Amino acid sequence: MSALPSLLDLSRVPPVDQVGIEERAAGLARRSIKKEAKRAGIRLAMSMLDLTTLEGKDSEGKVRQLCRKAIRPLPGDPTVPHVAAICVYPNFVAIAKDALFGSGVKVASVATGFPAGQVPLPVKLDETRRAVSAGADEIDMVIDRGAFLSGEYDRVTEEILAVKEACGAAHLKVILETGELETYDNVRRASDLAMAAGADFIKTSTGKVTPAATPPVVLVMLEAIRDHYLATGRRVGMKPAGGIKTSKQALHLLVLVKETLGDAWLTPDLFRIGASTLANDLLMQLAKESTGRYQNEDYFTKD
Amino acid sequence: MATEIDERAERKAVARRFEAERPRIEFGTAWEYAPAPEAADIVSIEKRENLFINGKFVPARSGKVFETINPATEGVLSEVAEGGAADIDAAVRAAEEAHRKRWSRLKPAERGKYLYRIARLMQEKSRELAVLETINGGKPIKESRDVDVPLAIAHFFYHAGWADKLEYAFPRHRVSSIGVCGQIIPWNFPLLMAAWKIAPALAAGNTVVLKPAETTPLTSLALARIFQEADLPPGVVNIVPGAGETGAQLVNHPRVRKVAFTGSTEVGKLIQRAIAGSGKRLSLELGGKAANIVFEDAAIDQAVEGIVNGIYFNQGHVCCAGSRLLVQESVAERVIQKLKLRIETLRVGDPMDKNTDVGAINSRMQLDKIRELVACGVEEGALLHQSSCALPAKGFFFPPTFFSEVAQSHRIAREEIFGPVLAVMTFRTPDEAVEKANNIPYGLSAGVWTDKGSKIFQITSKMRAGVVWANTFNKFDPASPFGGYKESGFGREGGMHGLRAYVELS
Repeated sequence: MSALPSLLDLSRVPPVDQVGIEERAAGLARRSIKKEAKRAGIRLAMSMLDLTTLEGKDSEGKVRQLCRKAIRPLPGDPTVPHVAAICVYPNFVAIAKDALFGSGVKVASVATGFPAGQVPLPVKLDETRRAVSAGADEIDMVIDRGAFLSGEYDRVTEEILAVKEACGAAHLKVILETGELETYDNVRRASDLAMAAGADFIKTSTGKVTPAATPPVVLVMLEAIRDHYLATGRRVGMKPAGGIKTSKQALHLLVLVKETLGDAWLTPDLFRIGASTLANDLLMQLAKESTGRYQNEDYFTKD
Repeated sequence: MATEIDERAERKAVARRFEAERPRIEFGTAWEYAPAPEAADIVSIEKRENLFINGKFVPARSGKVFETINPATEGVLSEVAEGGAADIDAAVRAAEEAHRKRWSRLKPAERGKYLYRIARLMQEKSRELAVLETINGGKPIKESRDVDVPLAIAHFFYHAGWADKLEYAFPRHRVSSIGVCGQIIPWNFPLLMAAWKIAPALAAGNTVVLKPAETTPLTSLALARIFQEADLPPGVVNIVPGAGETGAQLVNHPRVRKVAFTGSTEVGKLIQRAIAGSGKRLSLELGGKAANIVFEDAAIDQAVEGIVNGIYFNQGHVCCAGSRLLVQESVAERVIQKLKLRIETLRVGDPMDKNTDVGAINSRMQLDKIRELVACGVEEGALLHQSSCALPAKGFFFPPTFFSEVAQSHRIAREEIFGPVLAVMTFRTPDEAVEKANNIPYGLSAGVWTDKGSKIFQITSKMRAGVVWANTFNKFDPASPFGGYKESGFGREGGMHGLRAYVELS
């Protein structure tokens, strides 16, 4: 079975110049985001957050607490929007679904042998189906980086196609684990491949490998999304994840989106930020914007 | 005949429908950047600025002044003394005496110390210098802050190091200074050009009379204050603002031993004629019409960034601007589509806003010239593409512009526009690209874009241009010589080649 040729002509994947892409990302990092732009940007970033807990020690109690944070990030202040989704392991999908009922916050589940992806395909598909039937709105799958790096693009594509089918109505985010792909050329190629295979979102990283969502990597993926849209008319979403801890980083990501993909992508439907500790920094910066002072970190809940 | 016209109309209508249905990317107002103005109150500009002669600020002997304005607001910043024949004479004599009695006799290491001190003082005042450059010239603050000022400082540091090592730059020669250098600089990089000219001249033991451009005298005069603060001996550098007439008096002054000019090819030719047979040395850095060559195997998005940087940096007021784009036919449509999108995200407006990418055109005269040539491009049948950005009501502004379907014979493909206007042409083979790129009287710079290393060497070695960039554009360094072929001038600035223009070898 060779699904690839009809989906993606690899010879059409453009090369990425390392110096050029890094220069452009650094240039956009110098945008000065102040006052109203900063406040609006922080609220927007909060609404795009995939609040994440992916640890061996995750428990029902931890997930329920995080769900409360997701629904009302700043207790007593309804002007701070709820986050976009909670991102958990498949075991906690049903619990999160229950805790988030009626809130508008979605449940995303990692699947396919996260984070390494080194399990047989039937196991990946089974895991995906179970997560979906437990109520996951979104599936964050990992690609088989081993297969990708050894040039088995067909296998990577076929896996994405199969997982996409197993997702049914759930949205599929495809994690490239860019830190393991290493080169921008690989990131571009994997992005094009994942989009051709039907990804609803492409995502940088699992959060378990560094480097993760560096600005140039995000920019390469945004440019791939733009080219895919211009060629096919289909809007694919983007999710940087891993190492995004500060409001400054989040605002920089929004700048990259605004100046590469434009207004249509400045929504949680098409842009997400995967992070576990970013929420409190967003709240702290928001408080600083309204009071002029930084608050003690104990004013923000650690969940 | 009638059916032919009908058919053409129908084809156009189909093309329009197709265009309307194509996916579009909108850069709108979903999330706007708030104004982020740099504070202007860090600089105080005197109501009356004077000439800097023999270490002192003095009015013009004639009492004449001219106004200098902020091109982004058209508001008057200051009245500046206009140097005349008597002032030029006083400045040249001061420079000659300083050369004879002090500067050429000073230990080379001591000259170096002065240059280091100037560089350090410039660093301390870098914010003031950047703000002043932007207010007086119209360029975005992010460029004066990140490019002009740091590079100007780097030139002083670099040449400070050479001051006591000239014998190593020119082995087997005795190196001595020339004498008084008359230097004339343009308005596009006022402070940077002053640094490019003054630093090597002083390092080699010469003294200087510098004439800044008529529209941008303020940073040169700020530099004069730094020279005072650095205790540079009186007369070593003299700064005499004025227009073309002042420049002509400087060039023709019999005691000037070397002339260095950066500006238009037209004036460069006049200068060359004027000093022929006088024994004066001359270096000229003149106009350009550089080609950026984009091959089908290039990293297209980064090439587009390079094209944008090449032509819209400093509103296109750059002698080495990549004002012609030669793109391989197989990728032309993609490149043009990306370029159309990219110019929509260039932020045009208040140069003092830290988020502004394209600032004000330097003068009304220059704006008129740009408008004239753009109108000519439309008339000649090229296809105009312009950013839909709103322009400020006051001040001199022009939107980022490019033409596609340009022929080699169009005026916009031949003449230096010196504005944010790019001419896009296509080619089929590498030989054709080289032929078209070289087929112009200028030869200052060029750019080559390809992911294939061997092609870079093949093409760059055939380019008749002084500076050729590969997979990048507008990169400058004091250690790297800069200068032109053909009507873009002769002599180099920067590096050891640049020093050569300021030494006498025996």
